[in-house]
Amino acid sequence: MQNNDKNAAVIRVMLAKIGLDGHDRGIKVVARALRDAGMDVVYTGLHRTPEEVVDAAIQEDVDILGISLLSGAHMHIFPKVLELLKDKEAEDMIVAGGGVIPDDDVKELYQMGVHKILLQDTPPQEIIDSFRQMVADRGAR
Amino acid sequence: MINRIPSMKLAERVREGHLRAIARLITRVESGGDAEVREALAELYKATGNAHVVGITGVPGAGKSTLVTQLVHEYRASGRKVGVVAIDPSSPYSGGAILGDRIRMGDLVSDPGVFIRSMATRGTLGGLARPALDAVDLLDAGGFDVVLIETVGVGQDEVDIVRAAHTTVVVNAPGLGDDIQAIKAGVLEIADVHVVSKADRPDANKTIQELKAMLMMSLEPGEGIWRVPVVPTSSEKHSGFKELMAAIDRHAEHLEKSGEITQRRHQIALTRVVKVAEEIVRDNFARDSRSQTEELLKKVTQRELDPHGAAVTLLKAMKETIHEAH
Repeated sequence: MQNNDKNAAVIRVMLAKIGLDGHDRGIKVVARALRDAGMDVVYTGLHRTPEEVVDAAIQEDVDILGISLLSGAHMHIFPKVLELLKDKEAEDMIVAGGGVIPDDDVKELYQMGVHKILLQDTPPQEIIDSFRQMVADRGAR
Repeated sequence: MINRIPSMKLAERVREGHLRAIARLITRVESGGDAEVREALAELYKATGNAHVVGITGVPGAGKSTLVTQLVHEYRASGRKVGVVAIDPSSPYSGGAILGDRIRMGDLVSDPGVFIRSMATRGTLGGLARPALDAVDLLDAGGFDVVLIETVGVGQDEVDIVRAAHTTVVVNAPGLGDDIQAIKAGVLEIADVHVVSKADRPDANKTIQELKAMLMMSLEPGEGIWRVPVVPTSSEKHSGFKELMAAIDRHAEHLEKSGEITQRRHQIALTRVVKVAEEIVRDNFARDSRSQTEELLKKVTQRELDPHGAAVTLLKAMKETIHEAH
């Protein structure tokens, strides 16, 4: 997956851990897979607040904000992130979620406006493909 | 599909210090930047030249990101707006990058007087990609008083930063005695300010003394010459960062007073122009590679023509067709 054409926009992704959730092995594997697929990946580190993450994502102007949650707080954190993005007129940012999330909640999160939920058993290639697809569907910005 | 805001419109918002506009224009210059984007950048360039640009460099693990974080706090306390361009290496294989400086700078966001952008080297020669310098311009035009460029870890790359910054800070960590010897000829020479980080460690004094001894050797006699200071810092003890900011301010003052600022600005302009010219040539080369370049390369491989002769032929031909869009 060589990406030598510097005129082709490189996909920028922020991977974030929000709140009291110290499980970061998965997100690091995803970060590495996305990098190996030629994307620029900004990793926030652990224990961030939704405000910190949204502000950072706006400054980094990422195509996709990916949030990994294994703490069970997803129904609180995703609405907060979406609301902040709306407040800051950054609704064009694609929001993706990953981790351990029950099926019923997944449905509800999609209704809220989360673009993609990729659960813990998603193969890396599927994550890469779906990220590329979402950015292609969104178009040039 | 989303509604694409024209770059000129974004440029207006950049002048108002609108962070999102700055962020979006950086993305556009980073992904190539067509004529529409270049036009906006050209307009904004007129409004630059007010920010003091500080390059922060040093060996990997010396504590550059931590130092930048602390330094930003000091600048904020002194009432100045600070932009940070943090550069990480791209993978030479995939072209992708993991930009990790945010991990240490987490507590700096949610302050409209601070803007942090992570950028990848994207395999550029010199480690300082052209878009990084465009990003500095955008922050400058956006009213940031100070712009810090945090470079990738040490190497030959680092010399680039001197040609793009007003003040270069080299971060040294204690306990790297051998490394200091190894890089003596390169990175240590470029410093306007030396920092010894992790100064709370017992071996820090030795590093400080070594640096001072080395600087003594290169001291020229005379008035009005900048004496490179060695500033110990410790993020553990929250000490030294105010002194570091003061040292950078003193250097800025020195540049103004001595008139050296004129040379620095000239050097920066030269670096910028050459970088862009190189890039245009490289792009044209890549674009033409199917036609005449192929022919020339064949001659070079068959020893009918030497590389220098081929390059001159190519440049002469390129003169007619140079593709300016950048």
